[in-house]
Amino acid sequence: MEPAEATGRGRVSVELRHIDKSFGGVQVLRDVSFTLRAGEVLGLLGDNGAGKSTLIKIVTGVHQPDSGQILFNGEEVRGLTVDRARALGVETVYQERALAEQLSLWRNIFMGRPRTRWLGFLDVRAMRKVTADLMGESMGFTSAVLTPDTHVTGLSGGERQGLAIVRALHFEADIIILDEPSMGLSLKETDKLLGFVEGIKAAGKSAIFIDHNIFHVYAVADRIVVLDRGRIAADFPTSRYTLEEVTGIMREVAASGNFVEPERGRATNGVSATEGTGETS
Amino acid sequence: MTEAVKNAESSTAFGRRWTARTFGARWASQIGITFAFVLMWVAFISLAPTTFLHSPIYVSFAQTTPYFALPALLLTMVIVSGDIDLSFVSIYGLAMVGFVAVEKTNGNVGLAVLAAVLIGALAGLVNGVIVTGLGIPALVVTIGTQYLYRGLTLALVSGKSYALVEAQDSAAYQLLDGRFLGIPMQFVWLVLVAVGTWLLLYRHRLGHNGHVIGDNRPAAELMGIPISRTRIWLFVFVGMASALAGVMQSLQVSNFYPQIGNAYLLPALAAVFVGGTSVFGGRGTVWGTFIGAFMIGGIQAAIVAMGVEAYWIQVIYGGIILLAVSIHAVLLSRFER
Repeated sequence: MEPAEATGRGRVSVELRHIDKSFGGVQVLRDVSFTLRAGEVLGLLGDNGAGKSTLIKIVTGVHQPDSGQILFNGEEVRGLTVDRARALGVETVYQERALAEQLSLWRNIFMGRPRTRWLGFLDVRAMRKVTADLMGESMGFTSAVLTPDTHVTGLSGGERQGLAIVRALHFEADIIILDEPSMGLSLKETDKLLGFVEGIKAAGKSAIFIDHNIFHVYAVADRIVVLDRGRIAADFPTSRYTLEEVTGIMREVAASGNFVEPERGRATNGVSATEGTGETS
Repeated sequence: MTEAVKNAESSTAFGRRWTARTFGARWASQIGITFAFVLMWVAFISLAPTTFLHSPIYVSFAQTTPYFALPALLLTMVIVSGDIDLSFVSIYGLAMVGFVAVEKTNGNVGLAVLAAVLIGALAGLVNGVIVTGLGIPALVVTIGTQYLYRGLTLALVSGKSYALVEAQDSAAYQLLDGRFLGIPMQFVWLVLVAVGTWLLLYRHRLGHNGHVIGDNRPAAELMGIPISRTRIWLFVFVGMASALAGVMQSLQVSNFYPQIGNAYLLPALAAVFVGGTSVFGGRGTVWGTFIGAFMIGGIQAAIVAMGVEAYWIQVIYGGIILLAVSIHAVLLSRFER
């Protein structure tokens, strides 16, 4: 069941233990625990306001939890910041809302961590070059109109998404978080995106894939975690259920807040659904 | 495909591929403002040739325009990062209180200049810390500190002026208000500060982060940009530039009066916006502010030289400012989409 340890797969990459988080008296997350293993794609599902974004922002260091522990590769990390999380290999694709529209592509790629030479002066030449290479190789931008100096306003929705994804990929991430990556994408662009997530898995890296669209999540995730009103309502390997059953689980969680094992005619010995492991589908 | 075309293609592989569109998007604003400036100046020369074809008017521009152009340059960075500073006009005076205190007790003009710049930096620091620490919009905070700093200035010197005649013999005077190859040092400093501002805004981490903060604050937060630290630094720079301008102007006229700087609020802001900097943040040009300052500085002299009744000065001011910002708006909508 456990993949070979030698490749590093199956190793726990990130673990959250009993995370609580409130904003101004509103408890957004309560007692949230989950693990993400290396080489695993975890689908995070939940309604608006379920706490998905907050959970992600805790893993990426944007917010600090009120209580609970965060462990990277088995070691607790206290006072996680965005910089620290990046150093630990966490990259996030925040879709186009995390792009600066009036700025050039190279400034967007290097947002928050410009390459500098001395005293904080930028190595613009190197950043333009890296951006041009990424545009050609990873983004597939072949239009002659687009250069590293093009402003984001000149890009289509799909091109912007590509830019946001490539930005995360460039920095050698071990854990890639995709926050609603398919929003606003055409069918073709979505296929490309899902192929890209498969690529993460093939490279032995892990990903957390957040999406409203259960079809997208089902297609790529090894494991699905369902958040409901700030707590984890279900956590199961994707391969255990059919797409229809997962849809039913989601509907049940939305209605009752509880995980109910789908009727299937086979014995459902009431297994705790939180025993998900790094099984591959 | 000829060899020449192939070479041209490969040499631009990671550089820029100039098409009319990308070229326009990057430079439209700056070309537009430069063109407007040249046009305006041609009009001045043809309407008042005796004034505008002789050097005294240019010496005068080179001395007096920097008094508001210096803070305007640094203000450009503050506005690019999504903030504003209205208190800089009062920092001229507050910084000069420090200058006078040191100069009158110690007699060392160089030390007095340092004291003034230090006070300017501190005043900027207070702005930045209040704005970022309490999360109050900079517009509101700096309206408050504009009164505060001016009030402190008036209270500390009991509203009195100070003659600074003796300071004219100092090396500091030569360095700030003397001549270099016949060029007024005020202008030399303005060019140096403009180059420094350009480097900070486009070639330094500070400007890189400032651009993102002004364009998309939530993104800056998600990407781990040190938002407060960056904004505070930019306020500090405006304070230092205002202090320097205050010292230059006071030394030039050998007099410190506590209302110094008051008249520069609108000219400096006009220079920034005429120059094409976006009031919404995320976009601005140092060159535009530089040119914009000389447009604003030139208008008044030109109107007087052309023999227009003084009552019309503000009408023409307003007209030129509106024309300039309209040109930017049109160019932007033409090239950015």
